[in-house]
Amino acid sequence: MSDPTPLLRIRNLSVDFTTSSGLFRAVDGIDLDVASGELLAIVGESGSGKSVSMLAVMGLLPWTAKITADEITFDGTDLRNLSGPARRRLIGRDMAMIFQEPMSSLNPCFTIGFQLKEALRQHLGLNARDRHARAIELLEMVGMPDPERRLKAFPFQLSGGMNQRVMIAMAIACRPRLLIADEPTTALDVTIQAQILDLLTGLQNDTGMTLILITHDMGVVAETAERVCVQYAGQKVEDQPVIDLFDHPYHPYTAALLAALPERATERRLPTIPGTVPGAFDRPTGCLFSPRCRFADDTCRGTQPPVQPPALGRARCHYPIGATTPQKVTQ
Amino acid sequence: MTDALLKPIVTADNLSRDYDVGGGMFSKPQTLSAVAGASFSVLPGKTLAIVGESGCGKSTLARLVTMIETPTGGTLSIGGRAVTPSDWSSLRSVVQIVFQNPYGSLNLRHRVGYIIEEPLIINRPDMPKAERVARVREIMQLVGMRPEHYDRYPHMFSGGQRQRIAIARALVLEPKLLVLDEPVSALDLSIQSQILNLLIDLQERLDLAYLFISHDLSVVRHVADDVIVMYLGRAVESGSKEEVFSNPRHPYTKALLSATPKADPRGTSTRIRLQGELPSPLNIPPGCPFAERCWKVQDKCRAERPALDGDHHKAACFFPEGAAEASAPVASAPVA
Ligand SMILES: Nc1ncnc2c1ncn2[C@@H]1O[C@H](COP(=O)(O)OP(=O)(O)OP(=O)(O)O)[C@@H](O)[C@H]1O
Ligand SMILES: Nc1ncnc2c1ncn2[C@@H]1O[C@H](COP(=O)(O)OP(=O)(O)OP(=O)(O)O)[C@@H](O)[C@H]1O
Ligand SMILES: [Mg+2]
Ligand SMILES: [Mg+2]
Repeated sequence: MSDPTPLLRIRNLSVDFTTSSGLFRAVDGIDLDVASGELLAIVGESGSGKSVSMLAVMGLLPWTAKITADEITFDGTDLRNLSGPARRRLIGRDMAMIFQEPMSSLNPCFTIGFQLKEALRQHLGLNARDRHARAIELLEMVGMPDPERRLKAFPFQLSGGMNQRVMIAMAIACRPRLLIADEPTTALDVTIQAQILDLLTGLQNDTGMTLILITHDMGVVAETAERVCVQYAGQKVEDQPVIDLFDHPYHPYTAALLAALPERATERRLPTIPGTVPGAFDRPTGCLFSPRCRFADDTCRGTQPPVQPPALGRARCHYPIGATTPQKVTQ
Repeated sequence: MTDALLKPIVTADNLSRDYDVGGGMFSKPQTLSAVAGASFSVLPGKTLAIVGESGCGKSTLARLVTMIETPTGGTLSIGGRAVTPSDWSSLRSVVQIVFQNPYGSLNLRHRVGYIIEEPLIINRPDMPKAERVARVREIMQLVGMRPEHYDRYPHMFSGGQRQRIAIARALVLEPKLLVLDEPVSALDLSIQSQILNLLIDLQERLDLAYLFISHDLSVVRHVADDVIVMYLGRAVESGSKEEVFSNPRHPYTKALLSATPKADPRGTSTRIRLQGELPSPLNIPPGCPFAERCWKVQDKCRAERPALDGDHHKAACFFPEGAAEASAPVASAPVA
């Protein structure tokens, strides 16, 4: 974060979807800096725009999505108006993504060996023998038993967990500098999950790969991330180093989320967050969390909150928890 | 009243379920043993949790206990009496089930009121309509739904609300045992805590017994009284929550606990690295099913299947954790 030139820099990213009932704002004014070699986790409720914001960065959203941003740069390259060929050189090689639904991104008509080797051919131009060797090496890295034989398998012949591992192998095939992993371990059992997380953090450590990990599992966040962004209803509401976030959340939503963890429970009844995330039709004018926030007052309901300084977790909140005086920014 | 005096609602004795699979034109059918010899009982007001990784037979066991499927071996007893399929319809109201997916398990074409009422229409045809409606409204209130929800359709509700509808539907016949198959796995953390609180409340108020199926050990630790750990269709460990979590005896239980991420960024991870994969359920090795991945495997483990052994805290292992290990030639766990 103190890094003067982050590897990935996003300013004021918004995504609107055209739907039958009008425009729907899925991502709302996100700013994000990710330093080279960093391991950042993005957490938040289902539908909070975690996947859509990162798909926007990768340029992989459908045409119904209207993307606006003041800046999206990768290592100084402006990603907003990249030509087709330039984008293809970058995506899949320097920037790669593991998708939330592995089956939707593997082609059912080709063996996994073919698909892996094709990625290697396109981006690295290896010869056939090296491609074969590298493909086996990759499957070994993701803990695939009997990799030589598995190269000949079609996706439908493998379990969901195995396909997920193939996806991970494809994503790291070209040693990307930035890997965005969208729920890479949700379909996997915990013993396999542990192995995959070790692999990803190992790559981050050994090769300096930058890793953005999207997850809803606070345990995974605590054990792997260095820094955490919390999203709510399309907005980034908090951004802190992992230890600080668990020790001292500044945004009431983050605090409520952590309190709801069964393993942090002090009583049999767990703390809850009343209500639900706002939808397209009940989006509040002020703070988006205000209808569910127990600290909310008229200011919160009426005015959009400012983004607090880093010392207050960059909380998007009028009254960050524990701040000595109300941190109202008057501009 | 102590537990010993309580009569179990449901008792499973050596309950098993095999499936014939494969058997295309050129291959001979094989037998898949989805649940092999499960024995347990569930007491009123208590929660028995079943944990284990994908495919270990948790949902199959749930279907056996709910009398959706016939066991291929062993017996299920309800209220002390062995159950046969001819008793199913009369016993249906005793055991009800809530499924994982709050989207898939409700009929989206019906209104909420009807969805909750339907089991009564089927199982209590003699009950007057007015009484049924009154019962539905009472149950809706019990699970924290508002009266105006009665006429709405499920698609108007969030995941957590739909899970409330599913719970209401399961409760309307006043069951004594609720089988909960991953009831909160599809829900966000903030909604998960609402549903867990609801389940805890209902249990206290109605003295319900739960068979709680989950792969999330932090949830199980919060709600369970007793725990069964399954691996490839078999119970490999069982005991009270405290016994199993604080003092796991089967190496698999120990590995599972160590691999579960803890929401504490200062914690030092001592994950046990397992080698190898879960064997195919069609090709379970003759000895201990965990042998191929176990760090202290001996020849004996591959040759012979260890029985689930012990008084209350049971484990199916020849070299259980915490036993006097000095005499046994065993390795310690490969911790990272
Ligand atoms: N192609 C699309 N058309 C219309 N709306 C979309 C589309 N894709 C996503 N959305 C909406 O955008 C919002 C953000 O979705 P997104 O997938 O980013 O959520 P998420 O935070 O990744 O959630 P999850 O944890 O469930 O994966 C959601 O409300 C979703 O319904
Ligand atoms: N109707 C069926 N026919 C054949 N095999 C089946 C059938 N139902 C389940 N199985 C097999 O039985 C085993 C146990 O399945 P089950 O669904 O009970 O596992 P589970 O523990 O609930 O897994 P998960 O955590 O993934 O839900 C699996 O190998 C599964 O493929
Ligand atoms: Mg997503
Ligand atoms: Mg299941």
